[in-house]
Amino acid sequence: MQKLVRGLLPVSLVAVSLATSATAQTELRMMWYNDGIEGEVMQGILDRFEEANPDISVTLDVVPYKSVLESLPVQLASGQGPDIARVTDLGGLSQYYLDLTPYISDPSYWQENFGPFLKWLDPQGEAISGFMTQLTVTGPYVNKTLFEQAEVEMPGEGATWDDWATAVVEVADKLEIPIPMAWDRSGHRVAGPAISMGAQMFDAEGNPALVDDGLKAMAQRLYDWHQDGTMSKELWGSVSGNTYLGANEDFANAQVVMYMSGSWQIPQFADKIGDAFDWWAVPAPCGPAACTGMPGGAALVAIKDTEHPEEVGKLMDFLTQEENLAEFYGKTLFIPGHLGLAKGGVEFATDDPRAKHALETFAGAVPTISPIAFDLQGYVNNRIMFNALISRLGEAIVGELTLDEAYERMTDDVAKQLAEKGRQ
Amino acid sequence: MADPATLTMSERLTALVALPARMVFQVLEYPLMLIQRLVGIRGMPWVFLLPNLAFFGIFVVIPLFINFAFSLTGGTQLFLADRVYTGTEQYAYLFDCGNYLDPTTCREDRFWKGIFNTSVFIFFQVSFLVLFSLITALILNQKIRARGFFRAVYFFPVLLSPVVVALIWKWILLRDGVLNAFLVWLGFDKILFFVSPEWAMFWAIFVSIWAHMGFYTLILLAGLQAIAPDLYEAAEMDGTSRERVFWRITLPLLWPNMLVVIVLALIKGVQIFDEVFVLTGGGPGTATQFIVQYIYNTGFTQQVQNFGLAAAASVVLGVVLFVLTMIQLAVTRRRDNG
Repeated sequence: MQKLVRGLLPVSLVAVSLATSATAQTELRMMWYNDGIEGEVMQGILDRFEEANPDISVTLDVVPYKSVLESLPVQLASGQGPDIARVTDLGGLSQYYLDLTPYISDPSYWQENFGPFLKWLDPQGEAISGFMTQLTVTGPYVNKTLFEQAEVEMPGEGATWDDWATAVVEVADKLEIPIPMAWDRSGHRVAGPAISMGAQMFDAEGNPALVDDGLKAMAQRLYDWHQDGTMSKELWGSVSGNTYLGANEDFANAQVVMYMSGSWQIPQFADKIGDAFDWWAVPAPCGPAACTGMPGGAALVAIKDTEHPEEVGKLMDFLTQEENLAEFYGKTLFIPGHLGLAKGGVEFATDDPRAKHALETFAGAVPTISPIAFDLQGYVNNRIMFNALISRLGEAIVGELTLDEAYERMTDDVAKQLAEKGRQ
Repeated sequence: MADPATLTMSERLTALVALPARMVFQVLEYPLMLIQRLVGIRGMPWVFLLPNLAFFGIFVVIPLFINFAFSLTGGTQLFLADRVYTGTEQYAYLFDCGNYLDPTTCREDRFWKGIFNTSVFIFFQVSFLVLFSLITALILNQKIRARGFFRAVYFFPVLLSPVVVALIWKWILLRDGVLNAFLVWLGFDKILFFVSPEWAMFWAIFVSIWAHMGFYTLILLAGLQAIAPDLYEAAEMDGTSRERVFWRITLPLLWPNMLVVIVLALIKGVQIFDEVFVLTGGGPGTATQFIVQYIYNTGFTQQVQNFGLAAAASVVLGVVLFVLTMIQLAVTRRRDNG
């Protein structure tokens, strides 16, 4: 028995010392969602960070995007959130962000390289809360191979939404493709084309004013396209409320001629479609007021309830080093959210000419983005507007409301939610 | 204690298996005696009920009161103490309607659409669920071949998670799903089931019946087996027709079980959420958006998470469920009292 105790003693001591060293390590939790391979790329960079900082461990909690939209706000409100999170409701969650200024080594580097986007994260102030893991621009993709097979000419620069609708229907009819045109079921996706049609989104005092003639012009088109079969009701008509649905799978399976989505689909299409057909990003179609998409993106932000702000600052400093961000943007095929890298150019890790063309198209679209679109993206309550738009338009498309009733309800929904939010 | 040497092998094994339980009882004996001395023998049932009551109180009763308190507040703050007291404003908003039978005249049209859809769902789902469960129970009560196998088959969907059930059916019903492939093979056109409000409601009801029928069939089967065979033998000797036997013997004697099934199905029907949420997402439009989904959407999926309005709607739902539960209790009591 004594022998057994003597034998076990050293083992126990080693175990205790290991446990002690493990508990001495600071653990940071990062909430993350994936569109493509960015989780893998981020994990590689985090591994290097942990190697260089053995006293800090970072756990990448990969969750569905829906959790970031719906669960994260509740977690943050209850003070139970992660230390860092990847978010897309950039301004909407700003009350929960940590101002990293005291914890990062060189705030001027951040101002210089992330300056315009920091405003999206803190519309009211000057805080440095995080950085953009990707900039996105909404815009359409077309299946160029189908156009070639149908011998229909693709509308060129300056083509309107109506031109594209006519062309894609012709292609679909000739080749019996089930869905001529598909749009993500998202208010953000509709906003760019609506602004192209003349939507102002805000009144003269800067208050949200969702419904105007510009928005009605685009909404009417979407409604008509669903009724005449240009768009399938499967996407917009098959779910309720503000549920997001994408047509990426259908597009990748060559079931869609034109797909209105955005630059974040590039890595996925490069991976899934490859050279099966020519998927081609095209410039945002035009309306009478503009030819614009919507800017947007995802940001990695520090959360103010963290118990380890120093370590979070250290990690953020590491992640935003140019070589790390260049690697991240390059491997993920994301449009850089770092001005220095955007200027100098990132070497994207792809030989796929379609992916390269898409990246060029979306990056080239940035200067054509309407100022209204930038204002809308920076507006803290933009999701209230997007959700009202998508849910009520969806109800009109399936025949539950007339378009006029839908406009009325959109206005009411926005007013009601803003009033509720204002009750503090 | 018996002499171990005199015990048989089976008795020794039994003693060995019972040993841990015996040790536990020995450990508990002293504290329990102490408690009994303190609370008296009449207080002991309460001591045994206490853990369950505490669990029920913490996870059911207290949240119920918190929910009610939330329904009297507004704003977006999560903690009750930080929220703005609004009195019955949320209820007034929910019930602000031009015509309660026409949801489009109500300020919160989706709440009333949810109630309307839930009512339609309950009417058809409960009616057909009870009918099909009864027919299945009657068949499974006959001396048919592989009766045990069929009983298991009908019960199997009950064991599946509602999400799994909904996903299986969703894959079957999609544009490129198995059912459409079969329709095309038969020479028909594909049907976009989730785009048509009628089809979406039909499949929501169908899938729900498919998933839950086994459970209710089992209750009715137990009721059928409790009917004394002498009654059927006497009826047969009298030359009573099968229809008459069913209407005059089986159904009246099965009626208490039927009532339990109806009330349970009603309660489950009002609570419907997970299966339909995964299957149709509440669409097309709001055609299959039921009351629980309305509460979920209002409280969690909007940018402004309106906990106050969601809580008020869930209080209304709670009242409906309370009434149904009272009916069920009354029915059960009546049955138990003969």
